[in-house]
Amino acid sequence: MPPATGGGLAESELRPRRGRCGPQAARAAGRDVATEAAARSPKRPARGSQRFEAAGRWALLALVTLLSFATRFHRLAEPRHICWDETHFGKMGSYYINRTFFFDVHPPLGKMLIGLAGYLSGYDGTFLFQKPGDKYEHHSYMGMRGFCAFLGSWLVPFAYLTVLDLSKSLSAALLTAALLTFDTGCLTLSQYILLDPILMFFIMAAMLSMVKYNSCANRPFSAPWWFWLSLTGVSLAGALGVKFVGLFIILQVGLNTIADLWHLFGDLSLSLVTVGKHLTARVLCLIVLPLALYTATFAVHFMVLSKSGPGDGFFSSAFQARLSGNNLHNASIPEHLAYGSVITVKNLRMAIGYLHSHRHLYPEGIGARQQQVTTYLHKDYNNLWIIKKHNTNSDPLDPSFPVEFVRHGDIIRLEHKETSRNLHSHYHEAPLTRKHYQVTGYGINGTGDSNDFWRIEVVNRKFGNRIKVLRSRIRLIHLVTGCVLGSSGKVLPKWGWEQLEVTCTPYLKETLNSIWNVEDHINPKLPNISLNVLQPSFPEILLESHMVMIRGNSGLKPKDNEFTSKPWHWPINYQGLRFSGINDTDFRVYLLGNPVVWWLNLLSIALYLLSGSIIAIAIQRGAQLPAEVAGLSQVLLRGGGQVLLGWTLHYFPFFLMGRVLYFHHYFPAMLFSSMLTGILWDTLLRLCAWGLASWPLARGIHVVGILSLLLGTAYSFYLFHPLAYGMVGPLAQDPQSPMAGLRWLDSWDF
Amino acid sequence: MWGFLKRPIVVTADINLSLVALTGMGLLSRLWRLTYPPAVVFDEVYYGQYISFYMKRIFFLDDSGPPFGHMVLALGGYLGGFDGHFLWNRIGAEYSSNVPVWSLRLLPALAGALSVPMAYQIVLELHFSHCAAMGAALLMLIENALITQSRLMLLESVLIFFNLLAVLSYLKFFNCQKHSPFSLSWWFWLTLTGVACSCAVGIKYMGMFTYVLMLAVAAVHAWHLIGDQTLSNVCVFCHLLARAVALLVIPVVLYLLFFYVHLILLFRSGPHDQIMSSAFQASLEGGLARITQGQPLEVAFGSQVTLRNVFGKPVPCWLHSHQDTYPMIYENGRGSSHQQQVTCYPFKDVNNWWIVKDPGRHQLVVSSPPRPVRHGDMVQLVHGMTTRSLNTHDVAAPLSPHSQEVSCYIDYNISMPAQNLWRLEIVNRGSDTDVWKTILSEVRFVHVNTSAVLKLSGAHLPDWGYRQLEIVGEKLSRGYHESMVWNVEEHRYGASQEQRERERELHSPAQVDVSRNLSFMARFLELQWKMLVLRSDDSEHKYSSSPLEWVTLDTNIAYWLHPRTSAQIHLLGNIVIWISGSLALAIYALLSLWYLLRQRRNVHDLPQDAWLRWVLAGALCAGGWAVNYLPFFLMEKTLFLYHYLPALTFQILLLPVVLQHISDHLCRSQLQRSVFSALVVAWYSSACHVSHTLRPLTYGDKSLSPHELKALRWKDSWDILIRKH
Repeated sequence: MPPATGGGLAESELRPRRGRCGPQAARAAGRDVATEAAARSPKRPARGSQRFEAAGRWALLALVTLLSFATRFHRLAEPRHICWDETHFGKMGSYYINRTFFFDVHPPLGKMLIGLAGYLSGYDGTFLFQKPGDKYEHHSYMGMRGFCAFLGSWLVPFAYLTVLDLSKSLSAALLTAALLTFDTGCLTLSQYILLDPILMFFIMAAMLSMVKYNSCANRPFSAPWWFWLSLTGVSLAGALGVKFVGLFIILQVGLNTIADLWHLFGDLSLSLVTVGKHLTARVLCLIVLPLALYTATFAVHFMVLSKSGPGDGFFSSAFQARLSGNNLHNASIPEHLAYGSVITVKNLRMAIGYLHSHRHLYPEGIGARQQQVTTYLHKDYNNLWIIKKHNTNSDPLDPSFPVEFVRHGDIIRLEHKETSRNLHSHYHEAPLTRKHYQVTGYGINGTGDSNDFWRIEVVNRKFGNRIKVLRSRIRLIHLVTGCVLGSSGKVLPKWGWEQLEVTCTPYLKETLNSIWNVEDHINPKLPNISLNVLQPSFPEILLESHMVMIRGNSGLKPKDNEFTSKPWHWPINYQGLRFSGINDTDFRVYLLGNPVVWWLNLLSIALYLLSGSIIAIAIQRGAQLPAEVAGLSQVLLRGGGQVLLGWTLHYFPFFLMGRVLYFHHYFPAMLFSSMLTGILWDTLLRLCAWGLASWPLARGIHVVGILSLLLGTAYSFYLFHPLAYGMVGPLAQDPQSPMAGLRWLDSWDF
Repeated sequence: MWGFLKRPIVVTADINLSLVALTGMGLLSRLWRLTYPPAVVFDEVYYGQYISFYMKRIFFLDDSGPPFGHMVLALGGYLGGFDGHFLWNRIGAEYSSNVPVWSLRLLPALAGALSVPMAYQIVLELHFSHCAAMGAALLMLIENALITQSRLMLLESVLIFFNLLAVLSYLKFFNCQKHSPFSLSWWFWLTLTGVACSCAVGIKYMGMFTYVLMLAVAAVHAWHLIGDQTLSNVCVFCHLLARAVALLVIPVVLYLLFFYVHLILLFRSGPHDQIMSSAFQASLEGGLARITQGQPLEVAFGSQVTLRNVFGKPVPCWLHSHQDTYPMIYENGRGSSHQQQVTCYPFKDVNNWWIVKDPGRHQLVVSSPPRPVRHGDMVQLVHGMTTRSLNTHDVAAPLSPHSQEVSCYIDYNISMPAQNLWRLEIVNRGSDTDVWKTILSEVRFVHVNTSAVLKLSGAHLPDWGYRQLEIVGEKLSRGYHESMVWNVEEHRYGASQEQRERERELHSPAQVDVSRNLSFMARFLELQWKMLVLRSDDSEHKYSSSPLEWVTLDTNIAYWLHPRTSAQIHLLGNIVIWISGSLALAIYALLSLWYLLRQRRNVHDLPQDAWLRWVLAGALCAGGWAVNYLPFFLMEKTLFLYHYLPALTFQILLLPVVLQHISDHLCRSQLQRSVFSALVVAWYSSACHVSHTLRPLTYGDKSLSPHELKALRWKDSWDILIRKH
């Protein structure tokens, strides 16, 4: 094919930007650069038109941004009630304003920002956010919604700039921007008090700044290079600080950085010292900086939330001592356990609770018909136990006896304070975990049998040591059967008041289920010490809160007989999420991707894999591509490849997750997929136009193709916009409905 | 024609005596006293019951792996003439005389023995020295854990055999590729790679890891082939096609073949029938087939049916009702409609019968000709024994307050009208006019007034509901879920108009005619799917361990203890080999990184061919270790030490490779080389010594004193059984 005609097609917008940073492809081998430059700037326009063009670019960017803001802020106040997960995240924002401690499975940054936005906009934290559908009434909620919409609106310009940088093509960038602006799903998700707009904002910011610093690679250590590099680090910290899903973008930046360093390392013109500098810069900006910021968010989180609240029970006793209002706060209790002490015993595993018993027997047919022993999450008098010696029943609190401390390895008896029954176990199977032994309360007024004897052991300590309150990790070993006291974490049926099962396990594996600590401790004969001495350090609470979050996440298991969303549903837009309203009289909002956009994305991924492998095989076979095609295929393989990697990293890990998944988990991946669509269609249309160059109308193919895609998405948005902006009136099955005929899949229920 | 007379017939045989010797030693170590102990050892109790099922041709479902492994073990039983009569109930139970212990244990032992010469061959094919190859084989020979695992009726040694076979045949194929592509041996080894991979997958899903590794290596090599511009396009295409057929098509076909044979062999109904769908059960001999045989196919108005929930969790059950009503007030204070209970009942019962009634007519019999029920038709379901009809209304269900209560309607005259119209939806319909078919159709019942869907909630009712399962009307039916889908299992055309007569009819077994069969693919898909999703719930085990404990051998499994003496068998590795294997892996990784970095700066420490050898050996051995080990960190099931053995064999292959590399490329003088060789010999003898010391625990043939046993407990975490006297 004659290169002249090919050159004619490369419109002026293909030229590298006049910005401070060169094209990203400058990093590619020299030959590529030469061919690409030849392909991209066949004729140099005059200086005047250059300035005009730059103005045009800015105008276009401004237009894209404006449109994005306009769509996101349109009817933001509707509906005036809580929608879907606003009930959680709004509530958590209020907790920050009220400074009460709570527990959530996500890191705190997102909710902190929501809280801050609410605070600044005059929300006083008094609204209860009880359940979806509750009216906001006079409470000010627009600040929080506006903040989320503000961050959500930036997604479109960010994607626009990223694609522009990767493909150097305005039309590709425009197409991407249109796909995202006109996607009802992205729009809906950005309009409410949710973590997702914040998360996606940081993900896209990280992606954009990574691409930008890549394209600065020809001017390392310059001011913009440092700027974009550290901005990448900041955004990574933000993404991880909102949800753990932020790990995927960290992975992507990490892979990109490793490839980058590998490339620099192989460049023999650079000395090892320079390479070392590069490495240090990246370690500083991409590891140290994000870690510092991430830790800082937790520091702020712990500082702000200083009052006791609904999250206390999830955390260890030592942690709770920090919270004002908690009974452990500023408490002073005896430090070492002694005989006669009244104690509560807490399981070390999260959300198991205190060893508990009450005046109810195990029902007929379930082990021996003796008093139930359970664990219970709330503080209660029935959690109190008295430590006694195994062989005497004399009252150790009698002042005539000297204080005798309990030591590691002692044989003890635990007497339930309210009912005076001993903690007891025997060879009966436990109610739920059939391989374990049943644990009961037995005996009258402390007199029982030898099955009431337990050996108390401290994990990782020597025999004979005293046992410390809160700090010591205790195991209770049943003397007769040799089993270990533990909680299985299973919920007992109605007869057990839905408390958790306590068993004695014959398997001596060391798990947190069978490790306990002493929390409350009352012994008038011992001097009290202040608990502040025992307060955990910041790294300890940081670690603990992470353990609790990770466990909480893996604890979100789907139920057997419920419909759950599966990852393969997502790209095909199989089913949406009801944000608000069910019946035809309600104001209904339904989170569903614009099917035209989503199915185009799906098609594009397949098409990309096909065309990408054809090109890759052609290159590997040593085919001599014309300069124009070579340039375009570089865009497709490099730019498209990077975006495809992003999609892969943000989508496929979900297949491995055991926790409950929801449709909105796909949206970060959807952003990448839309960028891929933009790059792919632009490149394919250009290739098409090039291939048909002999045909007189060939130049038009590209323009017409892009225009029809733009108009198509815009029209589909016109059709589907009620999903996001709200529908009232009959459901879609009804021919009277505004959405009649748009329910293309039976599984969509709007 | 008589040419062969003119020339003498000459046979030249190249016999590699070391290979023969290795095979001999392998056989000796694995087959020696194979029938000892004459008792059920550890997981034999588990595999044994399946062998018995094969012998008796009874259908079973095992979620632990595809059927090829079980079939290999069963082949041993078949060859030994096992009749399947043995109660596999307890580890340590003595085998009765009808159990051919030797032949049952023979195949795994042979597989274990042959792994030894194969290790030799693999290292040779990687172009390392004869010495290194001998080293690898000798290490395999004395590895205690491998010996224990191969001498029993277990599957790991067979899996390892096929893993090694896949690697070996791929290497042979790869070496053929250079000088004689498309030759007979080229085809043979290529096909054998595919066959071995598919056998490995067929034995345990774990075999998939090695298969993926082989595919990846083959893909990289194919990519190089594409880049080879001396080959024509057609030639490259043929190469790719041959690989695709051998490595993708053949394994899939073979895998299907395993299931085909499995289903051909097991044609009788058995204990796991309940898990399968009604259609599947009907295809087995006996069981449900005996009942459903000859039922009318199309459900008509007036039909008497039992309805089975398709999801069947927590237990498979049938829609059921009985005289008792819901309690007026529940324990938590909520009220009910006090109408007749509707539950799901996991046993066959006369109260499971329902009559499909046309809402427009009164009679409960099938008219002649029968009017079949179609998708979208309005029906009422009348309970056979009480003649009350299935009803749901806006009352909270007993245990799932967000759903509607389902009851059989009793008119208390309290302005609560009957809402007993249901629309039938056939889920797996071909067209919108499909007829409701027995067993084959999966249907949903959508309530006409409230559009609630009849659903099994999975909760057990309290005592007043006899602990049967709760049935609810799900208002917010968010998408398709199997717990809302039902199918007709037993079916007959009702003929009696009178209630008394009808009751008698319901008590009598159904009989008519016609037989149906599922296609193989349908049965395969269902069986495979059930095997993948079946979860065994309480899987805590005394000897389970975590992957981190495996590398350093911090755990063991006690397999068997002699009933009287303290002779015992443990799965316990040769700790010297395990530790040095892990060390070799670390050295390999560090050296490779070092070489790569240096090459990047244009310093080439190794000649090109040595580098390529090093990379290929690493890709197969270190890669084999990684793919067979690392995925376990993501698994949530109960794990045991024996899961590590495939990874261990790859580590053992890597060990001599690294040693030879150090000797060839890192020892600079002859002196260093000699010292190094001496060290290697010393190290190997220590491994032999350890192997010998642990021998009583491997073969379990010698009773040790408590003192000796204590001396063998080298790690506190090892659980060696010491009798208290």
